[in-house]
Amino acid sequence: MTEANPAAMAATAATPATRHRRRLRSGDILDHAVLIAGALFMLLPLLMVLQMTTVPDVEVIKTGPTLTIGDQLDENFEKAMFEASGFSGENTGVRMLINSFILGIGFAVGKIVIGMMAAYAIVYFRLRFATLAFWIIFTTLLLPLEVRILPSYEVVQKLGMLNSFQGLIIPLIASATATFFFRQFFRSVPEELVEAARIDGAGPVKFFIDILVPLSKTMVAAMFIIMFVYGWNQYLWPTMITTDEDMFTLVRGIKQITQVMEGNRIPEYGRANLLAIIAIVPPVFVVIFFQSWFVKGLTESDK
Amino acid sequence: MKRAGFVNRWLPMLLLAPQLVIIAIFFYWPAAHALHSSFFLQDPFGFGSTFVGWENYTDLAGNSEYRRIAWFTVLFTCLVTFFSLALALLLAVKADKVIRGARTYRTLIMWVYAVAPPVAGFIGVIMFNQSWGPLTRVFEYFGHDMTLGVNYNDTAFAMVLVSIWKQVPVNFIFFLSGLQSIPKSIREAALIDNRSASGRFWDVTFPLLAPTGFFLLIINITYALFDTFGVIDTLVKGEPGNNPMTLVYKVYVDGFRGNDLGGSSAQSVILMVLVLILTVVQFRLVERRIHYT
Repeated sequence: MTEANPAAMAATAATPATRHRRRLRSGDILDHAVLIAGALFMLLPLLMVLQMTTVPDVEVIKTGPTLTIGDQLDENFEKAMFEASGFSGENTGVRMLINSFILGIGFAVGKIVIGMMAAYAIVYFRLRFATLAFWIIFTTLLLPLEVRILPSYEVVQKLGMLNSFQGLIIPLIASATATFFFRQFFRSVPEELVEAARIDGAGPVKFFIDILVPLSKTMVAAMFIIMFVYGWNQYLWPTMITTDEDMFTLVRGIKQITQVMEGNRIPEYGRANLLAIIAIVPPVFVVIFFQSWFVKGLTESDK
Repeated sequence: MKRAGFVNRWLPMLLLAPQLVIIAIFFYWPAAHALHSSFFLQDPFGFGSTFVGWENYTDLAGNSEYRRIAWFTVLFTCLVTFFSLALALLLAVKADKVIRGARTYRTLIMWVYAVAPPVAGFIGVIMFNQSWGPLTRVFEYFGHDMTLGVNYNDTAFAMVLVSIWKQVPVNFIFFLSGLQSIPKSIREAALIDNRSASGRFWDVTFPLLAPTGFFLLIINITYALFDTFGVIDTLVKGEPGNNPMTLVYKVYVDGFRGNDLGGSSAQSVILMVLVLILTVVQFRLVERRIHYT
């Protein structure tokens, strides 16, 4: 993936003199101005929230976000991470952070493992009902969880899985995005590979573990990033399934944080803002640091 | 299937079993259940239910509140889709053009992808705080008293703005990768033929991006319909009251707060049909996209 327009790149590389002239062109300045404005549009809200985590709540109420950086970050951090905001005293920031990680990682791993297995069966085996299985699985792409949320809740309730990680994670896995993605990838793996493996006497299990899985490493990484962010950011489903405060994830807890913030005599802005930041940091970190994998996974999987 | 596939009786079934079991229990059962209960009227105290045929559906069609919400959903979807696509396209074209700092700009714009919708909504609540919110102050400067959660139009504005903010990065990433996959030879040919940059954009680049655009259109409509739930729920602070809401939020409010299971199921089924149509269109477009490139 090239970073910039190749034609423009060639023009710039020509001579130092032309490069100098190019840099002063008004069009370039306009391009940068637009991009800086766009970046500020995305970034400013976050910076303001960050600033408010460093000043005392009383000051926030008086002035709102300002340009000064205060010294209250430690104290707010202490409150956000170790003090519970609910009634049971169990949903501290640490607890919610752990729950968020369990949901994000559990969802990503479960989805990838199950999706790879199913895709392997569909692509590499002669199966009488392969087409049927394919359609049964791919119909799930048609209906997002949001439109069947109530009946899904009832099923989980009947199975006694409310307020549990199984009830939280497994129903979210019931969609074929990863299976579809790995099916596309497996189909692009050269045919000669499986022929050679069979000539060498490798069985289906050995071929899968020794050849196909190592080959899919990049794809797995890309899928993991997308699925981790998706799982971490789940809101509606955890809101319905978890009512015990010690099961809350950070994103699930955000509404309660807002309510606690508004209910108090002096709203605890510092703490609420910091919890919001903590809910943002891990997925943003993953997306930024594994950017190329992430972009590849996103644009090649087509949803 | 690969030509040289393995022949094995039990292994593929074993591999498929986890996926099939999970979707049978957590997909087909609930979906069938929704369809079934949309034809019944539930007793509010949980004692059985009576078959009412299409009544739940006709009730919805005649309900003026439902029609108002449907109308708001259409407007909301159009605004969010148009502005997030337009803004993302503008930024992607510029980010593709500049030489210095291209990577930095890309990172600074795309990080919002990872922000959860309700957290985006929370940031909106902060920005529109009644007494000191920066955006409230901007409106104050222009002589408008912004009251989030109280005034219908103000809340609607905040919902649209936050939803656009959250959606720009996805569109930006797709547009940028679409732009970067345009072959160098085409760009150079266009450079010789057409001296004006905007002419080049509308005659060459824009048509080449059209498949990506169509695909994103569907993604954005689906986003505005479903994924904005978290944005709306935090912006109205869980109190729908007189505030605007979308169809998905209405399903949740009726089913969970109002205990109107039949009506809520009928709404779910209507949404299912809507998504079905969108997905079929999307699959068609994905296929076309493959032919283009």
